[in-house]
Amino acid sequence: MRKLPIMVAFLGLAAAACGGNSTNEPAKSSSAPAAKPLDGVKIEVAAKWTGDEQANFEKVLKAFQAKTGATVTYASTGEDTGAYLGPRIQGGNPPDVAILPQPGLVQQYADQNALKPLSAEVQAQIDQNYTPYWKELGSAKGQVYGVLVKAAHKSLIWYRQGAFDDAGAQPATTWDDLVSKTAQTLSDSGTAPFALCAASGWTLTDLFENVYLSTAGPDNYDKLSKHEIPWTDPSVATALEKMAQIFGKKEFLLGGSSGALQTDFPTCVTQVYGQKKAAMVIEADFVAASVGQSGAKIGEDAKIMPFPKVGDTAPVVLGGDVGVALKDSKGAMALLEFLASKEGGEVWAKTPGYLSPNRNVSPDNYPSDLTKQLAQTIISAGESVRYDMSDLAPSAFGGTDGKGEWKDLQDFLRNPSDVKGAQQKLEADAAKAFKK
Amino acid sequence: MTERLDGPQAPGGDLPAAGAPSGRPDTPVADPAPDRGGHRLGPSPKLAILFLLPALLLLGAWVIYPIVYSIFRSLYDSTGDHFVGLDNYASIFTDSSTLTTIRNNVIWVVVAPLIVTVLGLIFAVLTERIRWATAFKLILFMPMAVSLLAAGVIFRLVYEQDPDKGVANAVITVVHDTFSSSQGYPGARPRENDQAPAAVQGGAVVTKQPAQAGQPVLIPLVGLKPDLLKDASPAKAAPGDGRGDGLSGTVWLDVVRGGGGTLNQIDPQEKGLAGITVEALSGGAVKATTETATDGTFHFSALPAGSYVVRLPQSNFTAPFNGVTWLGPALITPAIIGAYIWVWAGFAMVLIAAGLSAIPRDALEAARIDGATEWQVFRRITVPLLAPVLLVVFVTMVINVLKVFDLVFIIAPGSVQPQANVIALEMWRVSFGGGGNQGMGSALAIFLLLLVLPFMIFNIRRFRRDER
Repeated sequence: MRKLPIMVAFLGLAAAACGGNSTNEPAKSSSAPAAKPLDGVKIEVAAKWTGDEQANFEKVLKAFQAKTGATVTYASTGEDTGAYLGPRIQGGNPPDVAILPQPGLVQQYADQNALKPLSAEVQAQIDQNYTPYWKELGSAKGQVYGVLVKAAHKSLIWYRQGAFDDAGAQPATTWDDLVSKTAQTLSDSGTAPFALCAASGWTLTDLFENVYLSTAGPDNYDKLSKHEIPWTDPSVATALEKMAQIFGKKEFLLGGSSGALQTDFPTCVTQVYGQKKAAMVIEADFVAASVGQSGAKIGEDAKIMPFPKVGDTAPVVLGGDVGVALKDSKGAMALLEFLASKEGGEVWAKTPGYLSPNRNVSPDNYPSDLTKQLAQTIISAGESVRYDMSDLAPSAFGGTDGKGEWKDLQDFLRNPSDVKGAQQKLEADAAKAFKK
Repeated sequence: MTERLDGPQAPGGDLPAAGAPSGRPDTPVADPAPDRGGHRLGPSPKLAILFLLPALLLLGAWVIYPIVYSIFRSLYDSTGDHFVGLDNYASIFTDSSTLTTIRNNVIWVVVAPLIVTVLGLIFAVLTERIRWATAFKLILFMPMAVSLLAAGVIFRLVYEQDPDKGVANAVITVVHDTFSSSQGYPGARPRENDQAPAAVQGGAVVTKQPAQAGQPVLIPLVGLKPDLLKDASPAKAAPGDGRGDGLSGTVWLDVVRGGGGTLNQIDPQEKGLAGITVEALSGGAVKATTETATDGTFHFSALPAGSYVVRLPQSNFTAPFNGVTWLGPALITPAIIGAYIWVWAGFAMVLIAAGLSAIPRDALEAARIDGATEWQVFRRITVPLLAPVLLVVFVTMVINVLKVFDLVFIIAPGSVQPQANVIALEMWRVSFGGGGNQGMGSALAIFLLLLVLPFMIFNIRRFRRDER
């Protein structure tokens, strides 16, 4: 039952590919019985994507099939990748390749010995195209298991041009300007500067990560991610105090902190672009989908500014999906090699809604100016790009509604004057979650 | 229920002839039974066990085994490798967030079943007396046809803070505004910097420098959208110097659309704020009060000479009443209980109405003839006779409430989930929803089972007694 729509999507894609796409020619020649390295090899790949994202990924698979002659089937895991893969791993029938939405799962499956170490060819691609940080992120117990194939850019502030025009406000490049000039000007003109989706705790952790990466620097960021420094560290206090500059002013938040805490994602995006009640929303590139639904045009009314510098580092925090091999087959390694390569990345980059963490994928490939701008920030941030900290933490701390970091930051928004108390709660919860 | 039992009985008595030939399946079975010389009716114990076996197997696989395994699992840690004894149970009672869930469950159990039963009783007694009883019952029962998840989604919207979206707050604000409507300019405030001539003090806007007669006072305000004042007249400087006999000045919105304009100076595009109450203070006491004109100017005539502090009292800036924060940490549990009652009151009503129709009418009539008031009949006759049914409804509700999950999960926004949390939800969250600790989750499940068990036993005992 599940396979049927996928096959339909495949057929649709094949038709689309014949419409003058760059994959056109290799797709045609694939039917010819040429000597391809992986002729007749069957590969199954599982990822969480559905709809457009799935169709775009299948374009990449199509290019891979054309190149190698392998047959790739795609299986959608749905939102809960762990729940889909767990039984298949235990049943001894995993897909060849899986794309995991969190690096934490790499660690977890590596502990269960479910992952196969990447071959030398894949590692060569990683060394060539990624900074060492990403290689380490996909590693566990000294082995390289995963490669980040798709990125979400989380260091953005979306703003509504109309509100900025009315107030005469300008996008800011530093946090101080953002707070004392941009936000203040907007607030004076009667528009709430920020709409926060504080009911969705992860939006607050994203904000914290940006501020922390910028004030404390990448090294401290890594240490805090691994809980090598406690949350009671003064560097955390600095970051929280910066956040309190926004949290503490009720005219800066739409509906005050109580209103923000009842707003979940993506309602805050609607508040900015649909209801036009606020001017800015601090969230990732995937906000674009909700912006479109609110009827605003990206690039005209909906614009982005890179997250301003709070300290010395221009923060670039990425989320993203990690490809791993669950079977030690030639096909699985070849597919991962393709996904990690410049070639594969550029096929993918031409589809909308994709951002590559691969530094050798040229921004010129992206279809929209917005994505080009995002890709540029990743490349220029170079070594200091970091992965979303809460996704690296045990999910009891960084990924559970009403618990851990989500809850503690929500409590901090409720009472932004109590930096010390917030730090103690964060540390207590982190200690509990990391101990396991 | 009783109605339905009564129903078929009456025609059954009328039509014995029609019923008999249509094949009573038990007649052939009843006949051979004495042949086997048995003193018991029905199949032999062996046969019974054979037929019961599938059911027993399913029960074993789906009920007994999971319970036993949960008990076993609850004694291990999150990975399932290390035996931890009763540590998981101990942490139920030491962890503050789990204690919150227990507290919430206690609130639920104390409040919800009682209200549901009482409301059900009231509805049942009242619907007995009205003409459109069936229609009324149908409507009250209808929420039961909605899944709890959908009911949760509905009430999430009902409790929305914004009165334009949330029905609850829409009603409350309408009622509130008919009695006291907000006026003035909520949100208006002076700029927060050293150059601003006025500052906020206890909600009111107060000039920083004492004002002298004959010297116009400027009170620039910000924080309003210029579009709101599109039709207002442009602000004017107060005609101060010439008259010299009183204190005058201007209150205006010091914001220009698109930015620009001179701060703290009246620019031609800027609008005056009309109708603002202005007070002149001297030595802390209000000496005179006036209101601004359409162009934002005010004038105190006949003030004794001297220096005054000009104050715009808080009443000018009171925010409009925005309803109740249903989904905030304080009200979240009562709000969800409200949704629960909406769903279950109809169910309770139907059960109680069935019991009500089984009450012997003569007792009620005898009481009425003896001169009892309706209230006395209700208190002394109806309720005691209904007590068994009420108890069953109440206990069923208690069991139901102990395992409440969906409504809390849907209605409470993420930020107040910790305050709204209940044991069943915590159990799910700890074991599957990100917590990943199935040892602790199993302990919570067993704890919940222990809480439900006494009520289950009580209910089963009751049913048995009723059967006898």
